[in-house]
This record gives sequence, C-alpha cells and structure tokens, in this order.
Amino acid sequence: MGYAALELNDLARSPGAWLQGSGPQADIVISSRIRLARNLADFPFVGRTSERDRAQIEELLHRSVTRIEEGSSLLYVDVDDLTGVDRQFLVERHLISREHAEAHGSRAVAIDVREEFSLMINEEDHLRIQVMQSGLDLEGAWNRVDKIDNMIERDVTYAFHEKLGYLTACPTNVGTGMRVSVMLHLPALVLTRQIEKVFRSLQKISLAVRGLYGEGSQAMGDFYQISNQITLGRGEQELMKQVADIVPVIIDYERQARDYLVRESHQTLHDRVSRAYGILRTAQTISSEETMHLLSSVRMGVNLGLIDGLEIPKLNELFIHTQPAHLQKLSGMELDSADRNIERARYLRRHLNKFPDESERN
Amino acid sequence: MKCQHCDKPATFHITELTDGKPQELHLCEEHAREYLTESGQNPASVGSMAAMLAQQMAQQMTVGQTAEELARLDEQLCPFCGISFHEFRSQGRLGCPHDYTCFHRQLDPLILNIHGESEHVGKRPNRGADQSEARTRLIRLRREMKEAVTEEDYERAGKLRDEIRRIEGEQEG
Ligand SMILES: [Zn+2]
Ligand SMILES: [Zn+2]
Repeated sequence: MGYAALELNDLARSPGAWLQGSGPQADIVISSRIRLARNLADFPFVGRTSERDRAQIEELLHRSVTRIEEGSSLLYVDVDDLTGVDRQFLVERHLISREHAEAHGSRAVAIDVREEFSLMINEEDHLRIQVMQSGLDLEGAWNRVDKIDNMIERDVTYAFHEKLGYLTACPTNVGTGMRVSVMLHLPALVLTRQIEKVFRSLQKISLAVRGLYGEGSQAMGDFYQISNQITLGRGEQELMKQVADIVPVIIDYERQARDYLVRESHQTLHDRVSRAYGILRTAQTISSEETMHLLSSVRMGVNLGLIDGLEIPKLNELFIHTQPAHLQKLSGMELDSADRNIERARYLRRHLNKFPDESERN
Repeated sequence: MKCQHCDKPATFHITELTDGKPQELHLCEEHAREYLTESGQNPASVGSMAAMLAQQMAQQMTVGQTAEELARLDEQLCPFCGISFHEFRSQGRLGCPHDYTCFHRQLDPLILNIHGESEHVGKRPNRGADQSEARTRLIRLRREMKEAVTEEDYERAGKLRDEIRRIEGEQEG
C-alpha cells in the first residue's frame, strides 16, 4: 500500500467535510462550494492532448500546486495509480468528479487534508480548483478560491481571451470559468411533490439543479445542488449573489412544506419517519439507494423532533459511510454488491442501536 | 456508452426532470437533435448545460443553413490543434484555446445563446493576455509530435521535441 493509499484510509474514518454542515439553517443547508476552471495557454485542451502532453501538464501543475500556502498540508494523489475503490471513494467524498475517476492517462488530484479544497489536474480542463465550506458561506469560499488561483498563476500562464475571458474546453464554462453551488437537503419538498415546481422556476432564472453527485446523478437522499448555469458576462460577485439570493427562498419553501406535513398529516409523517428508522436499525441486507432514502426521512424526523436520541452529525456521517466505496474502505475488504448490502446493514445496526446485540439475536 | 436508441456512441447526456426526479438520457447526435426539437423544449425546461448546448447546436443546424454550407463549416479545421468543427459539434469539447478565434463565426452565436452575453466581466489574470503566436505555435508542434509518434516517425518526433523545448525555454527566459 502506497503512502497516498494510507492517507486515504485516514480520510475514510472522518465524516467528510461536505456533510459536516454546521451553522445557521444547518438542517437544510449542507455546504457551499465554488470551482474555477482554468487552462494553460500553450497546450491543447485535455481531450486533444497526447499522453506526453498530459504528463507535462501534470508535472507543471504539480510543481505549482505544492507551492500553495494555505496553512495546511496537501495530499497529492496520482488518480491513474489508484484502485477502483479508492477512485470511487474520492468521488463519494466530492473530491474528484466521476469523469475524473473514469478517465485514462496522467491525471491527479491535490487534496487539502482538512478537505476544504481540492485541485483536479487534467480533468475536462487542465485545472479545476474547488473550495468547500460548511453551511452557506459563498463569500468565504470565493476569497479562498481566488487566493489559490492567484498563487498558481505565479507559475503558469492561463488561456485567456480579451473578450471571452478564461477559455475552457466546453463553451458552457467560458468567461469566469466559475461554478457556484450550494447543497441543500429538501425532503419535504420531495414528499409534497413541490420540488419540480421549484426546479422549473430556478431554470427560468438560469440556475441549474443537480443531485448529490453532480450532473445527471440521481437525487439521492433528497440532496440537491443549486448552481449557476451562466459563466459569461456576469462577474464573480454577481454569480454568487444570484445563488445566494435564491437559497433563502428555497429554504423558506422547504420550511413551509415541513410545517404543512406536521400540521396536515402528522400521523402519516411520524409513521413514515419511525418506519424508516425501524428498517435502518433492523435490516439484514440493504442497498445504498434504500439507505439514502430512509436516512433522509430519519434526518427530517430528527430535525422535526419526531425522533429522540439521535444527532444530526451522526446521521450525516452515516450518509457518507454507507456509500459503496466508503463501506469497503472502512471494512478493509473489497466486497461485491450483495456482500456490501449485508455489510451496510451490519454497519447501520451497529451505529443506530444502543445495544447492537439485541438486533443480532433476531 | 451507446445511444439509447441506436448503436452509435452517446455524445449527449441530457438530464430531464420528470416528477421531480432527474432522468438521464444518453443519445447520439442525431437522436439528441430529434429529441430536443420534437419535444418542443425551450432552454428553461431542460435540466443541464449539456442539453442546452446540444439544443443550441441542433438549432444552428436547422436554422438557415443549407446542407452544403453546413458541410463546409463542419470541415473547417483549427490550424493549431487540428480539430474540425464537426468534431467539436459531436463531442461538445473544443480542441485548444485558439478554437475560440478560428471558429468564432460559428461559436459566437452559440456562446450568445448559452450565456445571453458575449463579453467577459470579472476577474482577469495578472499576466499574459491573448494567445501569443509562440503559444499557438507550441500547440501546433505538440499536435505534430503526437502524429509523428503515432506514425512511429521517431526522428521527426525528436526534432519536434527539441523545437518545443527551445520555444518553452524562450518563454521562461
Ligand atoms: Zn442514436
Ligand atoms: Zn485548436
């Protein structure tokens, strides 16, 4: 096992910064993130590079990235060298994209050990810098990503066009190259079938809605990311403001939906939440999808005071620790899907029962 | 990944929201165009950037261009990275920074459609600005070297590598 692999095992044991969600409205707002897409001026975009080009880009950016001074240490990981489970693990943690995990050839990720930022090298663009913050703090995320961007620019020349701004492999990112996103937990809007209406109104003001794991991913566990669609012709502050302005509106909708459920169908809601909790505490085999779905109900139940003796940080940890790759890293075994479902159920019973043996005896 | 409706590779990955659940569609260029034009989508009701892009392209294809004109535009190549406009259209990814200049006639309306704006506002790099001649030349040399290696013409590849190093050295100096 290499140095990087050992470090990744350490990461696996912690709950994962993206779900630590502290601060005001932490029951709904999970995290804020900003990413910048950047390309080097004298290379073709990644899709047209030779393996030699990619190795050279990787070397150039590696040198620059390790010089970032942000008060904590960086873990530099050669993604091509990782096992499938480790790659999946980084995707589950939002440290790399699915595309980056599945691509071929020289590519890397530099991870802040506190998981507050990560830099992908040779993804769709030569460099993608992303900063993550707990709760709603776009300003904080911007200050940091801007600073890191400036530090890297001391060493490299970015592809930039006087009129079009930062040039990216896909014209949908040209201009600022910036994507601002806020992750929200919206179980009541899903339950009351209001979520689609919310999405449609967001799309009208050119904001995008994605599931937990990015473009096209299923909205697992009722987690949704709201982000800007447009990157050109609006400054960074304006792009952040657009997202920041809409988040309180969505939070308000979610609260209204929760109030409605408590008021109009308290019994049904209480039943739903209790059953979800019951299944999670007693199941002998359970899929990742069902787990996310049930944990989402339980999370809302805890927030509404329908379940006692369970803390939100614990639940947040379960969301990430029951993902397929996390489960395998935590158990130290490669498991096929059927064995993962058994291990997941065991893990849930162990963490959700005061006396785990009780359910083992059944 | 294959297109859901035929055996061609899926180059458009569209996320649709139905009943509040995102649904993924994987389509080839032809079926993406069919899907987007027939379902009467407007940008506001399509869930992802890829879909928007696909739609803009589909519109460009149908609006006021004869097949001949289209074929001619499609064949146009970037002199530096060698990508054709057709390749860009089917992959949705450009080949090098210079493409924004050499395909600007086709790209400008597309960019305006996607963003509703055509000029960058916001952060600028501290150094470097437009693509200099040396930079675009480097991109061309890198492509030529990739080709030489593919053709196993190692003598030529060696010469190109030296030339690349020379220009890189000049830039650093
Ligand atoms: Zn097809
Ligand atoms: Zn080009």
